[in-house]
Amino acid sequence: MADQIFHVFRGDAQGGALKEYAVPPVEGMVVLDAIHYIQAHHDTTLACRWNCKAAKCGSCSAEINGKPRLMCKTRVDDFHGAPITVRPIKVFPLVRDLVTDVSWNYRVNKEIPPFTPRSGEPAPYRMTSEDVERLFEFRKCIECFLCQDVCHVLREHKGTDRYYGPRFMVRIAAMEMHPKDTLSRTDLLKGKGGIGYCNITKCCEEVCPEHIHITDNAIIPLKERVADDHFDPWRALLRRFGGRKEPRGT
Amino acid sequence: MADWYEERQYDVVIVGAGGAGLRAAIAAAEGGVSVGLVSKCLLGKAHTVMAEGGIAAALGNVDPQDNWEVHFADTMRGGQMINDYRMVEIFAREAPARVYELEGWGGLFDRTPDGRILQRPFGAHTYRRLCHVGDRTGLELIRTLQEKAIHCGIDVHMEVTLTRLLKDGDRIAGAFGYRKETGRFVVFRAKAIVLATGGWGKLYKVTSNSWDCTGDGCAMAYEAGAELMDMEMVQFHPTGMVWPPGVRGILVTEAVRGEGGILRNAEGERFMQRYDPKKMDLSSRDVVARSIYKEVQAGRGTPHGGAWLDITHLGAENIKKKLPSMYDQFLKLADIDITKSPMEVAPTIHYVMGGVRVEPGTGVTTVPGLFAAGEVEAGLHGANRLGGNSLSDLIVFGKRAGEHAAQYAKGVAETPRVDDSQAEEERRLLRRPFESDGTENPYGIHEDLQAIMAEHAGIARTGDGLRQGLEKVLTLRERAKGMHATGSMLFNPGWHECRDVLFMLTLAEAIFRAAIEREESRGSHWRLDFPDQNPEWGRKNVVVARENGGMAVRTRPVPQMPPELARLVQGETVVKSVR
Repeated sequence: MADQIFHVFRGDAQGGALKEYAVPPVEGMVVLDAIHYIQAHHDTTLACRWNCKAAKCGSCSAEINGKPRLMCKTRVDDFHGAPITVRPIKVFPLVRDLVTDVSWNYRVNKEIPPFTPRSGEPAPYRMTSEDVERLFEFRKCIECFLCQDVCHVLREHKGTDRYYGPRFMVRIAAMEMHPKDTLSRTDLLKGKGGIGYCNITKCCEEVCPEHIHITDNAIIPLKERVADDHFDPWRALLRRFGGRKEPRGT
Repeated sequence: MADWYEERQYDVVIVGAGGAGLRAAIAAAEGGVSVGLVSKCLLGKAHTVMAEGGIAAALGNVDPQDNWEVHFADTMRGGQMINDYRMVEIFAREAPARVYELEGWGGLFDRTPDGRILQRPFGAHTYRRLCHVGDRTGLELIRTLQEKAIHCGIDVHMEVTLTRLLKDGDRIAGAFGYRKETGRFVVFRAKAIVLATGGWGKLYKVTSNSWDCTGDGCAMAYEAGAELMDMEMVQFHPTGMVWPPGVRGILVTEAVRGEGGILRNAEGERFMQRYDPKKMDLSSRDVVARSIYKEVQAGRGTPHGGAWLDITHLGAENIKKKLPSMYDQFLKLADIDITKSPMEVAPTIHYVMGGVRVEPGTGVTTVPGLFAAGEVEAGLHGANRLGGNSLSDLIVFGKRAGEHAAQYAKGVAETPRVDDSQAEEERRLLRRPFESDGTENPYGIHEDLQAIMAEHAGIARTGDGLRQGLEKVLTLRERAKGMHATGSMLFNPGWHECRDVLFMLTLAEAIFRAAIEREESRGSHWRLDFPDQNPEWGRKNVVVARENGGMAVRTRPVPQMPPELARLVQGETVVKSVR
C-alpha cells in the first residue's frame, strides 16, 4: 500500500508552515499513531500532547483537515488515502507545533464556585437514578476543549474576556442541577460567565467526542435559569430574601 | 541559588496529579502547610482517568453481608499472601469513608433503586463491591478530586517534569526538573515530598497504560536511596484489545465480565471452566490472563492470538448504558459493534504491584522526608491486585501520605538546604543528548527495551530467559548513553524521551533482578521452571536498593498477621499450582 501523506503544522508563535511527511499505513491506524511514527522516524522534535490514546483523557485535540477532533479517535482510513492535514487548535495561543497554551481554561475553572452541599447534610446521600442521571452526561466531559475551539464567541470574536465557553457551561450545569448543591451561579453566568453571548449555533455539540448535548441540555436550561432569576420580577424579589437556589424542573 | 533555574519553595511538594497526588494535596493543604502540586501533564489527564470498572469499597449497599473483613480477606488472597497485611487492614477499613467523601465533594455514582451508591461484581471480590459510574469511574474520581483540590489553596504546576530528588545529607531537600513549555529548569525546595507518580507500564509495548507511565517517581526514589519492593510483580490484565494493531493493549474493562461477559476460546468453549470452575470468568486477573495465554499456546486462540469476550446477551440498550465507552471504543477503533458480536481480547500490561517500600499507613519511605502513595507504593496488592482496589488505594493512601507529609513538614524547622551541585549534575545529564555526539534515537532505545521486556519478562518466565533479559537491558543501557536529541528545549518530546528511557531502564533492571530472585510462581509472577508456589517464598518479599553504585537484591520477611486477622483469610484454598 502507498504511504499515507500527512501535512503537519510545524512552528511556534512567531510563525510556521505545514510540513509533509510520508507514513506507512497500518490497518486501523489513527492520526495519533501517524504522529508517533513521525516523531520516532522523521523528527523527534514534533511537539504534541497525548496521554491515553484511548479517547479518555482529551489531550490530543487538533484540527484534522480543518475539523476539530481527537487524534486518537480519528481513523486514517476515513480519508481514503487523501492527504491529511493536522494543525493545532486555533482558539488558544500556540506554544509549538500541535501544542497550544490551554491554561486559560484552568484559570476559568478556578473562578467557578465549587459544589456546595448543605452543611448539615453530610454524604452518603440518598439520590435516585432519576435525580442524577441527566448529570452523568455533563460529567462525561474529558476536557479536550474542542468545544472551546469551535465556539464563535471564543474563536471568531476572541471573546475569552467575556465568555467562559461551552466547556464551563457544562461544568456549571453539572453543579447547578446537582440535587445536593445549594449555590446559585446565575449571577456569575450573567456577568463574567457571559452566557448571553452564546447564540446557540450548536457547533460545540457537533465536535464533542463524548456526544454531550452541550447546547440543548446545558446552555439552554442555564439561560432559562438566568432569565428566571434576573428578569422575572417575582423571583427577583424572592431572591432578595433567599439567595439560595430554588428547586426547578429544568 | 543559581540564576540558571527557577526556584519555588513549599512545605510539601506532591509529585504527580492523578488520584493519589490530588488526594494527598488536599490532605496536606488541610494539614495547614503550603503545598505545590507538580504534574508532568495537564491537570485531570493523568492515568487515573483511564480507570473504568470502579472503586472497591465494602459499603454493603447491594450485598449487606459485605464488610471490611471480607474485603481484607479477598485482597490478601488476591495478593497471594505476600501483601503487607497492615496496609490491607487500613485499606479495607477506610475505603468506604473515602468513597462517601467523594460523594460529598460532588462525585456521582450509579445508584441503587433506593438511591444509594450502586456496586457491581468484579474478579475475586466475594460480594458486589465496586462503586462505579458506567465505565468511566476513573474520570469521575479524578474530576471530583481536581475540583476539590484547586479550591484548597494549593499551587498547581502543570507540565513540569521532575527528574531528580535533591537531598540535604540523608533527608529530602527538594526536586529538580524542567518546564516542558519553555525548557526552563526548576528547583522545588521542600521539607517533604510525596511521590504519587504511578506505574511503569510503558516498559512494555502491549499495555493499557498512558504514555506518562514511565516510572519516573519510582526510579528517582531508587536513585535517592529508597528501597523498592515486589518489583517482579507486574500485572497482566486479561482483556486488552488485540486488533487492529494500532489499538493493541487498550483496556477492555473487567466490568464487561462484571456485567456478565463470557470468555470463550476459538472453539466456542468456556475455557475458564478448566482453570477456575468456581469463579469462572470473574477469577482473579493473574489466573484469567494465564488461562487465555494457555489457550492460545494450545492452539485454541482467536485469529489474532486471544480469546472471545461476549456480552451480546446483555442487550444493546443495557450495554450502551453500562458500558458506553467500551461500545464507542470498539465501534470507532475496531469497527466492531459489541452489542452484536464478541470482542477479541488478550492480556495486556496493566499495573505494577511493586514499587517504593513504605511504612504502612503513613507512606514513609526509607528516605527521610520522602513519602509515596498510589501505584508507585508497594505492599498493598502483594503478588496480584484485584480490580477496583487501585482506585480505593489512591484515595486511602493518598490522604494518609498527604497528612503525614504535612505533619512531618511541620516538625522540620527550616527548609533543608539545596546543594547546587546535585542540580548541576542533573542538568548535565539532561543536556547530554544535545551535547554528546551519539546517534541513538531515544524512541529506538525505548522500542528495543519493550521488545526485551516482551520476550523475557512477559506472562511466562524462566530463569534463563530472565538472565538473558537482564544482560540485554544492561547492554541497552550502555547504548542509551549515546542518545541524541535535536532542536531546542521548548516542548521537545524527543528530548523528554531521553530521560524517560533512563528511568525505564533502571526499573527494567529491578524487574529482572527481582524476578530472577523469586524462584517460585505466585500471582502475576509465573516461572515455568518453578511452576509451584513455595511456602518459603510466601514468607518473603524481594527488595532492591542501590548499594555502592549497583543494584543489590535482598529479601524481607512478610509481616505475619495476628490470629484474629489470619482467621479471616482461612477457609479458602489459595491456588496452589499454576501448571
